[in-house]
Amino acid sequence: MSNIFPEVANKVPRWILFGLTLKVLAIIAGLYYYFTPSYTRAGYQPVQPVSFDHSLHVKQVGLDCRYCHTFVDRSEHSTVPSSNTCMNCHSVVKADSDKLALVRESYQTGESIEWVKIHDTPDYVYFNHAVHVNRGVSCVHCHGQVDEMEEVYHAKSFTMNFCLDCHRNPEEFIRPVDKVYDLQWEPEDPEWEEQAQAFVHDWKVMPPESCSGCHR
Amino acid sequence: MNRIITVVYIFLIILVVSVLGFRGSKSRKEPLYLFPDMDRQARYEPQGENPFFEDKMDDRLPPQNTIARGNALDRAGVFSSGFDATELTDVAFNTGRDEAGEFLKELPIEVNHELMELGRERYDIFCAVCHDETGDGNGAVKNFAPPTLSSANLLTQLYIDQSEGEIYNTISYGKNTMMGYADKLSPKERWAVVLYVRALQRAANATADDIPEAKRGELGL
Repeated sequence: MSNIFPEVANKVPRWILFGLTLKVLAIIAGLYYYFTPSYTRAGYQPVQPVSFDHSLHVKQVGLDCRYCHTFVDRSEHSTVPSSNTCMNCHSVVKADSDKLALVRESYQTGESIEWVKIHDTPDYVYFNHAVHVNRGVSCVHCHGQVDEMEEVYHAKSFTMNFCLDCHRNPEEFIRPVDKVYDLQWEPEDPEWEEQAQAFVHDWKVMPPESCSGCHR
Repeated sequence: MNRIITVVYIFLIILVVSVLGFRGSKSRKEPLYLFPDMDRQARYEPQGENPFFEDKMDDRLPPQNTIARGNALDRAGVFSSGFDATELTDVAFNTGRDEAGEFLKELPIEVNHELMELGRERYDIFCAVCHDETGDGNGAVKNFAPPTLSSANLLTQLYIDQSEGEIYNTISYGKNTMMGYADKLSPKERWAVVLYVRALQRAANATADDIPEAKRGELGL
């Protein structure tokens, strides 16, 4: 019986196997890299209706986060300031600036400025700002160095893993309560690690790891 | 053959990466929702948008001529006898004026260290921007405001002589170019700030006699 297949056919199964493995690997790598909020959410930097510069207001004016996001330490929600908050200063400072035209209009008419929400957890996630900032979790952990941003972007991934990293080891992320709004704070005390553990214990910082802690 | 497959493979990877880019790179595009199941639910969000109402806001004010449950002025029938309803019912506490409409001449709240620290915290957040952390009116805004305008120097005799109730009233409703802070500070916090302003005034005009004798040595007095 003559050979139906040429000799090279012996190699075909190997090629197919090799090719498939490569393809599957590439697809898995692609999914891993692109199909999580680390890719889909992080880096989101929408154009805001008013080009508010956080770094200017924090560094040059020295505003505390709570001057505008007033109820972050008293409420689930970190409030976006109403236009009268801007006008507290801007009725006097840069009162005729074109950049602030929309703020003045909003203040006079009562119509809201339509800020674009950047950090938006899914609706099945319960997140309470007050319990975090009042137990030594700084703004910077979730929102990044907003004090250095001229235009705010989504700095962190906001994956569930991102939350759990801290919920499992709060002592690695926590800081003294009076430094929560100091986004430049770095532990200088060499004994801070022990203090942080004591803080977690004494302040009864017990971040839930159960499903219903956040998905309630 | 092998070589062609490898080249195509690498080309495809480069193509995908160049189209989709890297993690965390800045983008104006709205985030993708790959699995949008229940990510956005029909519910009221804090400060959310709502086309149903004329002002398009989720946040509702109470309808006119109504009072939220528990906010009626006669509370006897609502709360147990042991409930401290000062912050809810006390007109002087909330307005800074006594029954005759005169400004209060003292704080209507117990003064303690906790209240002072609350006052310091809130003053440093909301007041220091203009009035400075020392109270002398040279806060950061001075560098940006027109030179003809200046923030009040709270350490002058004018404000030392002002009654507690009047300072409370100014914090609540503002004065001249200053706007009111009633939307940011609760009545208790406003009184705490009044207390802290008094502390700043006293500190600015302090003499050695104000320092406890045991502590004078630390300052070399």
